Amino acid sequence: METRHFTLDDLRRILLEGAGADDAVDLDGEILDLGFDELGYESLALLETSSRIEREYGVSLDDEELTDGATPRRLIDAVNDRLSAPADSV
Amino acid sequence: MTARRVVITGIEVLAPGGVGVDAFWDLISNGRTATRGITFFDASTFRSRVAAEIDFDPEEHGLSPQEIRRMDRAAQLAVTAARGAVRDSGIELADTDPYRVGVTVGSAVGATMSLDQEYRVVSDSGRLSLVDHTYAVPHLYNFLVPSSFSAEVAWAVDAQGPNTVVSTGCTSGIDSVGYAADLIREGSADVMIAGSSDAPISPITLACFDAIKATTPRDDDPATASRPFDGTRNGFVLGEGTAVFVMEELERARARGAHIYAEVAGYASRSNAYHMTGLRPDGAEMAEAIRVALDEARMNPEQIDYINAHGSGTKQNDRHETSAFKRSLGRHAYETPVSSIKSMVGHSLGAIGSIEIAASVLAMRHSVVPPTANLHTPDPECDLDYVPLTAREQRTDAVLTVGSGFGGFQSAMVLARPERTVT
Amino acid sequence: MTGKTVVTGLGVASPNGLGTADFWDNTRSGKSGIGLVTRFDPTNYPARLAGEVPGFTAEDHLPGRLLPQTDRMTRLALAAADWALEDAGVRPAEIPAFDMGVVTASSSGGFEFGQGELQALWSQGSQYVSAYQSFAWFYAVNSGQISIRNGMKGPSSVVVSDQAGGLDAVAQARRQIRRGTPLVVSGAIDASICPWGWVAQLAGGRLSTSECVDRAYLPFDAAAAGHVPGEGGAIVVLESEESAVVRGAHVYGEIAGYGATFDPRPDSGREPGLRRAVELALADAGVEPGEVDVVFADAAAVPELDRAEAAALRAVFGPRGVAVTAPKTMTGRLYSGAGPLDLAAALLSMDAGVIPPTVNVEPVPGYDLDLVVEQRSTPVHCALVLARGEGGFNSALLVRSV
Repeated sequence: METRHFTLDDLRRILLEGAGADDAVDLDGEILDLGFDELGYESLALLETSSRIEREYGVSLDDEELTDGATPRRLIDAVNDRLSAPADSV
Repeated sequence: MTARRVVITGIEVLAPGGVGVDAFWDLISNGRTATRGITFFDASTFRSRVAAEIDFDPEEHGLSPQEIRRMDRAAQLAVTAARGAVRDSGIELADTDPYRVGVTVGSAVGATMSLDQEYRVVSDSGRLSLVDHTYAVPHLYNFLVPSSFSAEVAWAVDAQGPNTVVSTGCTSGIDSVGYAADLIREGSADVMIAGSSDAPISPITLACFDAIKATTPRDDDPATASRPFDGTRNGFVLGEGTAVFVMEELERARARGAHIYAEVAGYASRSNAYHMTGLRPDGAEMAEAIRVALDEARMNPEQIDYINAHGSGTKQNDRHETSAFKRSLGRHAYETPVSSIKSMVGHSLGAIGSIEIAASVLAMRHSVVPPTANLHTPDPECDLDYVPLTAREQRTDAVLTVGSGFGGFQSAMVLARPERTVT
Repeated sequence: MTGKTVVTGLGVASPNGLGTADFWDNTRSGKSGIGLVTRFDPTNYPARLAGEVPGFTAEDHLPGRLLPQTDRMTRLALAAADWALEDAGVRPAEIPAFDMGVVTASSSGGFEFGQGELQALWSQGSQYVSAYQSFAWFYAVNSGQISIRNGMKGPSSVVVSDQAGGLDAVAQARRQIRRGTPLVVSGAIDASICPWGWVAQLAGGRLSTSECVDRAYLPFDAAAAGHVPGEGGAIVVLESEESAVVRGAHVYGEIAGYGATFDPRPDSGREPGLRRAVELALADAGVEPGEVDVVFADAAAVPELDRAEAAALRAVFGPRGVAVTAPKTMTGRLYSGAGPLDLAAALLSMDAGVIPPTVNVEPVPGYDLDLVVEQRSTPVHCALVLARGEGGFNSALLVRSV
């Protein structure tokens, strides 16, 4: 089975569906290394986002991946790490 | 004209671990916990599977099968408690103009339990979103609009004065009593049957708190799962319950020789205008509510003998609240025992504020401060005297009780002996 | 200090008009907003008409971040609060945060949002329930969201007393103003026109099953057979008179009196509590019945309740002793939103010198009501607004010009 890959576009879509977008932020811009707080997402929005990712991609994320200066890049990497790990270790 | 003052002359509590004031006090003054693995339904798929449930049989408390069918569990609890509080107060409501007797019931989430159950039925377990009205129970409207709770209480005690449900999330239990006190003070009622009730232990509530990781996942050790102010705390334990009071204008209560538990001396609510679920660590708005409540009571911080905390056991709440106490009471915050009964009876959302008022008043009555159970590992950020594990004998003339709720509501109430010195 | 509480801003979301101007144009001229339900397919339900708020696109009014976490009633309430503040000329950022409170009413919370999450729970599983379910459906959500959006840290509250609640909220707001908070945003918006809300309202047994938009909701008419439900309501800015004067604000009128009672137990045989609520409101304002120019009736359209309301009005004002109207015949019954919307209509009547009509109704002669069935031009200085909630809640609010 082909391994799924989680991209920035996937993250954008899920953020918009689950938490909307701050009107002052261009999600289509260079956002990979901006903190989620700079993008207008607080802890509740990140909980909703992670829950949607977990459901859709069948992964389980740690709280740390969403707190303390988390960025889109870190979150995307964390999801892809889980997706590429052998199923029994997830 | 002297201002009208408001006192509590009757109390009833139905809380996890025991039905009735005596059972409730026995539990909390002995530091026992009533949190357990959920028994109401199969909770095995949930993250948090622990709750504080009441073993309550409405029939045993005199509710008819018809009443039981038309009332959500929270309404059943409220009506039972209202009758108990009236009995306890010794008031003869038949001798009182029913238009001078009002009712307020606090509830954060109304008939959630019934709504959850009935949705499952009318949607055929989620198969239909155009839900089927032919499967709806006849009393579904009572569950749609939770003012059915205060209507039921009014019928139970024959009250025709001002009547409402107060629904300010987790401060509902304080705000309902505060609202009732205001009505008596302004002269809109002489007697209020006031309190709050919530019975939220149902799949939808568990699911929504799972989603924001607000409830503790300490499912392997339910009895110690609620750990307010402890360094290992990781969320609250959902509870249920009710407390209802008979509140009267002071001179009226004195004239009939009523036992006076306490005066509702001061009350205030403020909003943090910050976030629906988040709290700023400084506790400024709760501190302001405390300051205004003390001001209304015309008391100094130094007169507070005990602080009955919100103490939900979430990381952010206990820190927020600790800051609020320091900010409002100054040095006295360090010298005053603070405890959270949520460590023992869980967090019953809109009900707990009234249950905590009951605990505060009983602390005054017995000169005993109930403890914070499960507090073994102090958190450096929570550095007040939280009365760990064991109750403390101490003369208690005035208590501050506070609440903090989703929506940003921060409420504070001062309960004191009516014969205290006022500044 | 006068101790007066005045209304300085209106924000309206009504089935017959979004925004105060449209609402009033349509209301004074008798234009109804009742129609077939469009928010879901009502074909299989015995009641199919509703008053839906037209033309509201939440994206045009609210920040993107708020959309996934708000029910329709909260979106309408946030927009209406913005309009009310703008109408009052209030810029919240310029006022000390603790000097502004928010007191709203609700009947059923964000019920449509709640249905979505119950549906997710039972069709897919608990992990599909939204993080926002923890507050988006609950009764306190509008007060909370309005306070956050506008930085209002003063005393806030939420009351639930079915349809009477909207007036109870305004009265509680006045209480907070009397206790020293200069400005309180109040009123109510309800919206539960979703299948789940519909089924719950049907169970209440008071919905009209008529298919005919001008025959479905006929309070005080011999053909009264239940009501059409609606959504919306009004958010109002209340201020102490001093605060309004200092700001130089336009004052619509004063909240002069209020009374609330509860009906006796169903089996008691005693008189319903509405008359007493009216008397309390008049006494509170120090107003004689003869000074009241118009009553905005509760207008249940259930024969027994219409009879009781007519009897209460006759007892206080005498037969045909006061003009009575029910513009809610153009909107349906809006639950907690109804009282504040009628309050807005009453204040606009005072401004315009026009009593809006009760549409489609031919009053039962025996009720002896002076029911205003055509727009009536007459000076209005003092108006009484009534609201009753299922279970027995009665609230009466008196407004007068200042």
